[in-house]
Amino acid sequence: MSNKKVAELRDKVGKALAGGSEKARAKHVEAGKMMVRDRLKLLFDGDFDFEDGLLAGIGRDLPADAIVTCIGKVHGRDVAVIANDMTVKAGSWGHTTFLKLTRMQEVAKAAGIPIVYLVDSAGARVDEQADSYLGRRAWGNIFYNQVVTSGVVPQVCALFGPSPAGAAYIPALCDLTIMVDKQATAMLGSPRMAKMTIGEDISEEELGGARMHCSVSGLGDVLVESDAAAIDKVRAYLSYLPSVWTDKPPQGVGRPAKEQAKPLEDIIPVNQNLPYDVRLLVEGLVDEDSFFEVKALFAPELVTGFARFDGMPVGIIANNSKVKGGVLFVDSSDKATRFIWLCNAFNVPLLFLQDVSGYMIGSKMERAGIIRHGAKLLSAVCESSVPRISVVVRKGYGGGYVAMSGASTHPDALLALPTGMAGLVGPEAAVNALYARQVAEMPEGERDEFVRRKREEYARDIDVMGMAADRFHVEAVVEPSKLRAELIARFRIYSRRENRPIPRRSAVHQV
Amino acid sequence: MSKQVLAPMAGTMWKVLVKEGDTVSAGDTVAILESMKMEIPIESEHSGVVAKVDAPEGTVVDEESPVVSLV
Repeated sequence: MSNKKVAELRDKVGKALAGGSEKARAKHVEAGKMMVRDRLKLLFDGDFDFEDGLLAGIGRDLPADAIVTCIGKVHGRDVAVIANDMTVKAGSWGHTTFLKLTRMQEVAKAAGIPIVYLVDSAGARVDEQADSYLGRRAWGNIFYNQVVTSGVVPQVCALFGPSPAGAAYIPALCDLTIMVDKQATAMLGSPRMAKMTIGEDISEEELGGARMHCSVSGLGDVLVESDAAAIDKVRAYLSYLPSVWTDKPPQGVGRPAKEQAKPLEDIIPVNQNLPYDVRLLVEGLVDEDSFFEVKALFAPELVTGFARFDGMPVGIIANNSKVKGGVLFVDSSDKATRFIWLCNAFNVPLLFLQDVSGYMIGSKMERAGIIRHGAKLLSAVCESSVPRISVVVRKGYGGGYVAMSGASTHPDALLALPTGMAGLVGPEAAVNALYARQVAEMPEGERDEFVRRKREEYARDIDVMGMAADRFHVEAVVEPSKLRAELIARFRIYSRRENRPIPRRSAVHQV
Repeated sequence: MSKQVLAPMAGTMWKVLVKEGDTVSAGDTVAILESMKMEIPIESEHSGVVAKVDAPEGTVVDEESPVVSLV
């Protein structure tokens, strides 16, 4: 080579691309984890387009200073990626790491493209805190940027390893977090710290493992088995969302729904008290293989996820009577609220499938703030300005009916299946409330027959095909087998209207 | 080690589908709870033999309270 400077650059680039020490790389791969640049290869359609700060840290023997920031294409669309390199000083954040990270956040937000965080990091470096912790230009800017970017461009996190203490807020501040089982962890204090300060003896997995977060805390949205599966999920997730909040979600290629073993009308039990898995109904409505479930393991009495209707992305919120009767709890309210916020932020229309006898009652629930949580869900529903359709599949009782986007919350349409029943309370509770004294005063032999007759009368009153249809409280009562076509036609029309948020700085939400 | 099947939510035990000495596999429905007007099947997370029915039919149970104990 005649040009020494070019040779010098190539040497430095080669070192930077290799990542950490041979020992660190071997250890990483032995643990079943992919090297950061292999993760990038899998994520992008081809090679990425450009990278920032490849030579950062090279003079201090910290290749790329433990983080890769680059832009490439996913499904042909530009996406910014911020990816820790665990093999360089355990993927920890130094000052230059932080500068690279926040610069890519700023670039992505300005360009209006999604940000993917591939997190695998020991967190902040204590020995670099002098320049990085306290001031205006410090680690906390990472979170500041995430917050002011939230709802502007999609932010998604795949968590491959640790994200301790402050680093745990990166997944927490993303719209969606995918966690690799038995590898990913998030915790404010380590097991060692828990032992030292509060005397708790607990494993890392139990304290902040992926499975715990995906099923109990709700921090994780999707649990996967491997690094490659996590990247697949990131690609799939992005296919439902626009690059920036002002765009519409990308129209995919439409496919028919999956053929069901039984027709939908046989899947939904007419007996309102019998449970069934609502995911069978979802599967029968949406394009085949298009359902992307969010928080499948958390509060499963309510199902949330993205799907396509003739190629059109839609967010689905459905009560699942198979789990806890489909009743709404504190966690299910949280789950629904956050999913509505996500869809509303990115112009994804909403579909509610109602089968709910209400919010759970009792002292435990009151103390847990079920009213607060219910109010929060109501706010999310009422404020959502994307096209919104609610279907009364079976029960729509009490606060549950309103929260599941009842007519009074101004959906674009309230539909019902012929099995739909909507009322302030169900027949048993209604008859009890209205006739308890009368029944008590009646000769015992007449009571059962009286109660049965009154319940039947009441059930006729709340049957949507009766009063609700007669007074135009519902737009239409639809046969189960015709619901998919009806939804596609209606979403097409409602998607044409203007989507105008309420002009104000901020509502004062319950949480 | 005893393994317990717990109530998923508060309610009234409507039907208990197993008795002492029965063999239960993980995923089997051992009882049906009546709560919030729904009949809610309770599945066992564990496999084992029923040592005791902790919540006979008609019992009012709280969330997380034992329904059936297995050995």
